[in-house]
Amino acid sequence: MSAPHSIHVGDAILEVRDLNFFYGDFRGLTNVSLNIAKSQVTAFIGPSGCGKSTLLRTFNRMYDLYPGQRAEGQINFHGKNLLEKKQDVNLVRAKIGMVFQKPTPFPMTIYENIAFGVRLYERLSKSEMDDRVEWALKKAAIWEETKNKLQQSGLSLSGGQQQRLCIARTIAVKPEIVLLDEPTSALDPISTAKIEELINELKTEYTIAIVTHNMQQAARISDFTAFMYLGELVEFGKTDELFVKPQKQQTEDYITGRFG
Amino acid sequence: MDLYARRILTNRVGIALSMVAMAFGLAALMWILWTLFYNGFSALSWDFFTQDTPAPGSEGGGLRNAIVGTLMIVGVTTLVSTPIGILAGIYLAEFGTTSRFAAATRFVTDIMLSAPSIVVGLFVYALAVATLGGFSGWAGSLALSLIAIPVVVRTTENMLLLVPSSLREAAFAVGAPRWKVSLSITLRAVKAGVVTGILLAIARVLGETAPLLFTALNNQFYSTNMSQPMGNLPVVIFQFAMSPYDNWVSLAWGGALLIALLVLGINVVARVLFRKKSSD
Repeated sequence: MSAPHSIHVGDAILEVRDLNFFYGDFRGLTNVSLNIAKSQVTAFIGPSGCGKSTLLRTFNRMYDLYPGQRAEGQINFHGKNLLEKKQDVNLVRAKIGMVFQKPTPFPMTIYENIAFGVRLYERLSKSEMDDRVEWALKKAAIWEETKNKLQQSGLSLSGGQQQRLCIARTIAVKPEIVLLDEPTSALDPISTAKIEELINELKTEYTIAIVTHNMQQAARISDFTAFMYLGELVEFGKTDELFVKPQKQQTEDYITGRFG
Repeated sequence: MDLYARRILTNRVGIALSMVAMAFGLAALMWILWTLFYNGFSALSWDFFTQDTPAPGSEGGGLRNAIVGTLMIVGVTTLVSTPIGILAGIYLAEFGTTSRFAAATRFVTDIMLSAPSIVVGLFVYALAVATLGGFSGWAGSLALSLIAIPVVVRTTENMLLLVPSSLREAAFAVGAPRWKVSLSITLRAVKAGVVTGILLAIARVLGETAPLLFTALNNQFYSTNMSQPMGNLPVVIFQFAMSPYDNWVSLAWGGALLIALLVLGINVVARVLFRKKSSD
């Protein structure tokens, strides 16, 4: 098999090269290299602790919040290495949004949940902001459920609705990439189906990278899949190829359920 | 005696002991409250709130000057200690989790929490009263602020530390800078807890006597000038309770009851606020 980063993914928006990650002395990622394809869905699968979430959290420098965590290597985004100290992390995060495992609505109204991130980088009039909030909520397929209660607390929504609100909040900022860290693992099957549908619609305009524990989910929604194990990228390729004809024994063992 | 019977006996003895301890504590509290009500309630009248402290030997009188003085001193204390306490708490919880400076601040705050209030009073006396020419309401507020700030700092910090890191991460994930995350997201998430902390700090300083003895002193006359010695309930109680005049002693009881009721009211409000928020 050729090196993972030489796998042809078309137009790459993120190029990860020789990425190593450390939690203090513990090495969480070892020499990871791959390309994230623009306007495609890339899924990261692997057993717990394999480093898939760690990898995702390097893309928006989320690890920066915790002293003792550091990344080495390159993640190129529009020709610049995201990992460089001089990068403005807030700008990076506005361009590369993230949705988390547990729904995390801000303690404010539904409207303000969306407007909060937008206000950080844009000065919009009241009506423009109204439009943006409506646009984002529609994009996240939650407009119909919330249009009559925009002034209610975001915490009043159900878990699945909260998660879609979080997606709406992320895309309201108009990022280029949306990172999803196990976005459906805390949700019921119906909410999960809605979110998967949503991911499918969003990928025409956004690049999506999703970490999931659920292999079927990865197979259903992604164009590319990366299988990780013990902090290393074991196999990376087109989803339909990787699931049908894995190149590595470890990959095959994992997707056939022999370990994990 | 078999093991089971023995365990039941131990259980009963344990419960009995803790019941006795509880009854003892409760009885003392009820006794205090009862005495306060018994002696103080009769002093509460219209005059109590509208007349000033009487001169020695004169009849009647009230505590208007002391009530207004206490409200002003404690009001200024609240205005001073709330922003300082909250901002310092934010620093400790959000910015300085690992820095040495924060660790030192935390340590000093903990010492200040248990520092005898008379020490604080003496400190402000030496710092502001002796040097700046006399007792004043401002000095009283300064002394009380030194007592209130640590309370607000620690409650704010403890509340912020309860915020799940996922909420903090989510706020950072939309590109918000750290100060914005702290003020708009995490602080807002624990608003009720922080307000509770402020209320408890107010309740704490409301009855402090020693710091005011050295700073605001007292004023027999009605005065709203914070630059002058100022009447205040705790010091008036202290002086009147030990006086030979019946009307003074009665006023002292009334003042003590008033403070107790204020503290009780503040605590009830704090609890209601906190419970309402927690059940959201």
